[in-house]
Order: sequence, then structure tokens, then C-alpha cells
Amino acid sequence: MAEQTTEKTAPAEVDAFELGGRSWGSRLIVGTGGFRSLDDLERAVEVSGAEIVTVALRRVDPLAKGSVLDVIDRLGAFALPNTAGCYTARDAVRTARLAREAFETEWIKLEVIGDDRTLFPDAVELLDAAQTLVEDGFTVLPYTNDDPILARRLEEVGCVTVMPLGSPIGSGMGIRNPYNVQIIVDRASVPVVLDAGIGTASDAALAMELGCDGVLLSSSVARAEDPVRMAGAMRAAVEAGYAARRAGRIPRKLHALASTPDEGLPELG
Amino acid sequence: MIVELNGKRVELSDGASVADAVAAAGADSGRRGVAVAVDGEVVPRSGWERTGLRNGQRVEVVEAIQGG
Repeated sequence: MAEQTTEKTAPAEVDAFELGGRSWGSRLIVGTGGFRSLDDLERAVEVSGAEIVTVALRRVDPLAKGSVLDVIDRLGAFALPNTAGCYTARDAVRTARLAREAFETEWIKLEVIGDDRTLFPDAVELLDAAQTLVEDGFTVLPYTNDDPILARRLEEVGCVTVMPLGSPIGSGMGIRNPYNVQIIVDRASVPVVLDAGIGTASDAALAMELGCDGVLLSSSVARAEDPVRMAGAMRAAVEAGYAARRAGRIPRKLHALASTPDEGLPELG
Repeated sequence: MIVELNGKRVELSDGASVADAVAAAGADSGRRGVAVAVDGEVVPRSGWERTGLRNGQRVEVVEAIQGG
């Protein structure tokens, strides 16, 4: 008997995501910060489908209960260390070297911030740190401003991606300058990952529609009223935005364009 | 000898190694995702036992935490 194919819904877009010389099944990267509990984190990451999750390094807390690494192991995810909290290239490079030792990976999400109120990247220190780390053999994933020139400079020094912010970290303000993100995407020859500022699913979809290759988010899921449900929404949004980008949207027009033909319209007057 | 261990002045026995400092910081040797810097330079895990500390050195013992 011939097998019947009865699938009526389009399958989710599952093209592999090439990043840092590896192939990933998910274009969503989830930060592990801000979750109310490790249990929330575990369930949310599982539902998100993310294969890469970020972690940070801090002084050992002898009283800490449970390790984020155990959670990540159970999920089978890849722990991407970051340099969160570093203000200078020197600190970021040292933190990256500690992370390489702690996690046995050359991969580093490079953050070098300029002040604690905006958490905007310090472009000068960031570029300096990126160059040093690339020369030192790191696979560098820099969190950067939505600045196309800086993005180009980061690419030139050998970063494997550029990760422009949509708006300040944790602000949930979405993508405030979609035109700059679009310019970065148009000119980059490395993958572009929208990092920071995502507030809700439509922001993540927009990032993908603008042509980003992936989305990195944390607070929007971790601090949602229901993180697990929001994780599912983000997964769907990234897939939908990616599919829409590849489908090719219609151009925007000021006036209407009828979708029903006039021909054959009955005279009823 | 006195070292500055994770920001606190801590007394360790003379001849203490990096491994002793890691233990004093509360990270048992089996703990995963732990790394050490002495005066800003990373000491690989394989060198913890044989790397001695000197009075006044700054030792940072770090581990993985949740973070964006």
C-alpha cells in the first residue's frame, strides 16, 4: 500500500545555522541570566529549542546550590561564556582566558561595556579586545552597537559574527534602529545575531525579517510572567521571521492594491 | 602568608599552593567550571598543585553562574 502524505501544514524552516565553523539546528540563543530558578531555566531552554546558552563567570560562592552547568548538560546545550561586567579590553581578555580554562572552549561572547546605566558597548575597548582574542585563537562573538562601521571593523579583525543590540540590554524596547540593523546585515559576510533589547515575540520576528541570522535573548524570556510559554513564543517567532524573510515580503505601498479582480463584477444598481 | 582571595584577606599556610587557595575559596576540587587567576594571569587546572603562592598575591577563583 502506498504511503499517504497528509501533511497540511508547512514544516518549520530548519536550514542549519552556520556559526563559528559549526552547524546549529536553532537560530535562537538564550541567555541563562535572570531566571527565577534553575528549574524555570531548564524548562524554558528546553521549550525554546536553543542549542547555545550563555553563562557568566563570577567569584565562587561556597553556598551556591545547584550548578547552571548541570542544567546545561542535561539539556545537551553548548555553554557559551560571556565577559559580562567588563569595562576594559584588559579585563575582558582576562575574563575570556579564565572562561576558556573553566569551560574548555575557545568560544567567547565578548561584552565590553561603557557604563552601567546604558550597558552600551565601549567601541574602542571592544575592538581592541576582539583583536587580541582573535590573535589568541578565540572564536569571538562580540556584542556590539547597531553601528555598521564598527560591525565591519569587528568582522575585519576576525570575529565569527557580529551581534548588534536592538536596544539596551534588558530594556525590552525592541529594535530601535531597524535601518542600521538592515545595513549591518546587507554588508556583513559573517552571520549577524541580534543581541539585546528583545521584549516580545514580534521583536524577535522582526530581527529575522530584517535578515539577521539569529537572535540572542535573555530577559524577555527569563523575566516574563510565564518564561516557559514565552520561550515557546520566541522559538516560533524566530522560525516565522526566518521563513518570512526567505519567502520575500511584498513591498510597502501608500495606496491599496486590490486583491480581487474588477473584471466580471455584476451590475446590481 | 596573607593573600587576597576573592577580594578578602585570607591567611594561608606558608608554602600554600593555588590548589589550597581554591579549597579555601570553597570550591572543592571536583567542582566543575572553576578557573583561577593569580595577579590577573590564569593558572591552568593542571598547575594548581605545583604552583606556589607568595605573600600579598591576588587570587581570583571563579565559576560558572547564570548570565546573559
